[in-house]
Amino acid sequence: MSESLDESSRPRRSKLTAASLAVRSGRETLSVELALTLFRHMVRTRALEERAIKMSKSGEAYFWIGGPGEEAFNVCLGLQVHKGAGPAHDYLHLHYRSLGILLAMGLPMVDHVRQLAMTATDPFSRGRNFVGHYAIPAWNVVPVTSVIEVQYLMAPGTALIQKRAGGDGLTVVNGGDAGTAEGDFESCLLWSNRPGHELPVLMIVTNNQYGISTPAKTQFGDRRIADRALAYDMKAETVDGNDPIASWHAIDRAMKYVRAERKPFLLEAMVSRLHGHSSSSGAQRNWSETDCVALFEQKLIDANAIDADQVRAMKAEAKEEAEAAVVQATSEAKPTLQDVERFTYCASKVDAVYPSDYTGLPTQNAK
Amino acid sequence: MATLVQAVRLALHYGEQHLGVTDIFGEDVGPPLGGVFTATQGLKTAWNSPLDERGIVGTAMGIAYAGGRPVCEIQFCDYAFNTLDLLKIAGNQRWASAGNFDMPIVLMTPSGSGIRGSLYHSHSFESWASRLAGWKIVMPSNALDAYGLMLSAIVDPNPVMVLLPKALLRVKGDELIPGEPDDPDELARMIDAPVGDRSLWEPQWPDVREYFVPLGSAKLVREGSAATVVSYGRTLPLCVQAADELGRDFGFTFDVIDLRSIFPYDWPMVARSVAKTGRVLIVNEDTEVTNFGEHLLRRIVDEHFYDLLAKPRLLMGKHVPGIGLNQVYEQNTVPQLPGIRDALRELAEERV
Ligand SMILES: Cc1ncc(C[n+]2csc(CCOP(=O)(O)OP(=O)(O)O)c2C)c(N)n1
Ligand SMILES: [Mg+2]
Repeated sequence: MSESLDESSRPRRSKLTAASLAVRSGRETLSVELALTLFRHMVRTRALEERAIKMSKSGEAYFWIGGPGEEAFNVCLGLQVHKGAGPAHDYLHLHYRSLGILLAMGLPMVDHVRQLAMTATDPFSRGRNFVGHYAIPAWNVVPVTSVIEVQYLMAPGTALIQKRAGGDGLTVVNGGDAGTAEGDFESCLLWSNRPGHELPVLMIVTNNQYGISTPAKTQFGDRRIADRALAYDMKAETVDGNDPIASWHAIDRAMKYVRAERKPFLLEAMVSRLHGHSSSSGAQRNWSETDCVALFEQKLIDANAIDADQVRAMKAEAKEEAEAAVVQATSEAKPTLQDVERFTYCASKVDAVYPSDYTGLPTQNAK
Repeated sequence: MATLVQAVRLALHYGEQHLGVTDIFGEDVGPPLGGVFTATQGLKTAWNSPLDERGIVGTAMGIAYAGGRPVCEIQFCDYAFNTLDLLKIAGNQRWASAGNFDMPIVLMTPSGSGIRGSLYHSHSFESWASRLAGWKIVMPSNALDAYGLMLSAIVDPNPVMVLLPKALLRVKGDELIPGEPDDPDELARMIDAPVGDRSLWEPQWPDVREYFVPLGSAKLVREGSAATVVSYGRTLPLCVQAADELGRDFGFTFDVIDLRSIFPYDWPMVARSVAKTGRVLIVNEDTEVTNFGEHLLRRIVDEHFYDLLAKPRLLMGKHVPGIGLNQVYEQNTVPQLPGIRDALRELAEERV
């Protein structure tokens, strides 16, 4: 998992002569077509993360946080989500490293950058929230909040309505390893496993083995986070999140189970954190951790699914896409003074003071 | 006449039948108990949750995201402190997401002293709650208002907290809820669960009707000229009684305002009355450092300084860690009738 990969020493050409039909990891395989789709989204995600880090360093953005090192797992997840609005589709309760999920689902890069650039066109928060704090009603992506672990408290609520509605919609909730120390994580296990009221929740932990600076092994005495499902007789699995083939199949298994059985599943993905916690800790590249993009690139080349020139072209294209998104977003309008109070309240026919939206404190001529 | 807690139950029933309420839940909220104060007996969507206040608020939020209309209960507001960050989040979802997501949840919780509740059944919550931007906070002082405010809380598409004064839950109203039977005993026979085995019991709901008390509208319960009194919850009927006694004994008449909504509050009514009387006393029982009444007082001073004929006053709970069980503690920690009467009389008589 943590062997270091020196780019220069690896072969750039496959020793195979004919292109294979499938790419293999252990006993699991993916079609070349799907593998290349995953790889392309991984490359796009990486390119946008790297461009976003640059923006935070240049001062165009105040703060960066994201998921370089989680592309393999997150892209596999995003492509398997049943996307749409309402309980028939999947709900997503995400944390702040989820770009790969969203790009794989079809999010235009520019929307991610708009939030980073704090523009009025930021569709998730109108320039209010940190980057990666999505809120997309059309895809059931409920608002991402910076508060660690609270999303695990809300997941049973959407899943409860989904179970009642019938169908095979499920609720995905993700978060990091350190956050599982919060009681909210245990609450999610408990509420999802009430006898006779089990809920279709796919609980995901992306375990990068750190919470900011604190190594997981200095705080967690349990063998693995996935084992916390044992007490509930709940299905769980730990997967190598740096391996997109293993991740794809683990997510597929977990989702099939949750969709069909209408019961929860805990999936722990071991992932890397390639640029530290956030821009607050410098966001420098950490070369000692496994890089899922480099690893998969090599596997695809070995399988003759792609060659070095195609990889180069794909990366160049992803960089251009990210660059264009930055150019566009940074030229757009910023929020104004008039935005400060907007969207505090939804219009209400039973409110004498704020029938439409918040307008500051109640005044004499409110009525 | 229905008691305040029966009025809440009738409102929740109306909410289930006509206003789309999908889930009424919390600790001991479902059968067999129907709530430790009986607020949720016999309701068809009521269910028992794990003993987990954070889970209750979070699940309510999730239900709302998925299109449900939840009413959740925190058994006592004294146990809501571990949910403050979630309440904060529920209040900011719409603002944070620039209008992408609404948060139509109702949270009801008994608040305040007056049931000999000792340290952990006597807290007030409105001052904490008033700091939760994005929420609307109401506190009825009688059965009819409880009914009308609960219906508004359910219909309003924003998070609304309904603080129920513990001390008044079993007090009968003096106005009928629309559709309520005239005979309170008949009402009790219809909707109160029997003592003992109730597994086969079903309520017989009276045909109660729509009645909204708009959020942000106070009620002028007494009209007068000597001074203005602003209160809500447990202390409101005490203010009314004090005003009536001072009228009888000394001929003073008062504007007594039942604020009903903590936020948004009915500033036009308060401001109009203060401008008229030039004298104001605000009464509540929350603790005195950073008390919600201080905010009203600040606005009165800012906006009506030159209308004032006497120093504006605020009567509230002492800044102590809790309310002790021996009644010497409670009587001397939060406002009681004699203290309110004295403060009102002083205010009316002060000459500068
Ligand atoms: C409730 C709460 N406490 C503290 C923080 C500050 N904080 C932000 S991220 C973080 C570490 C989270 O670690 P982990 O859950 O492993 O997720 P990772 O960032 O490693 O993906 C902390 C302590 C917070 N945002 N929320
Ligand atoms: Mg971590």
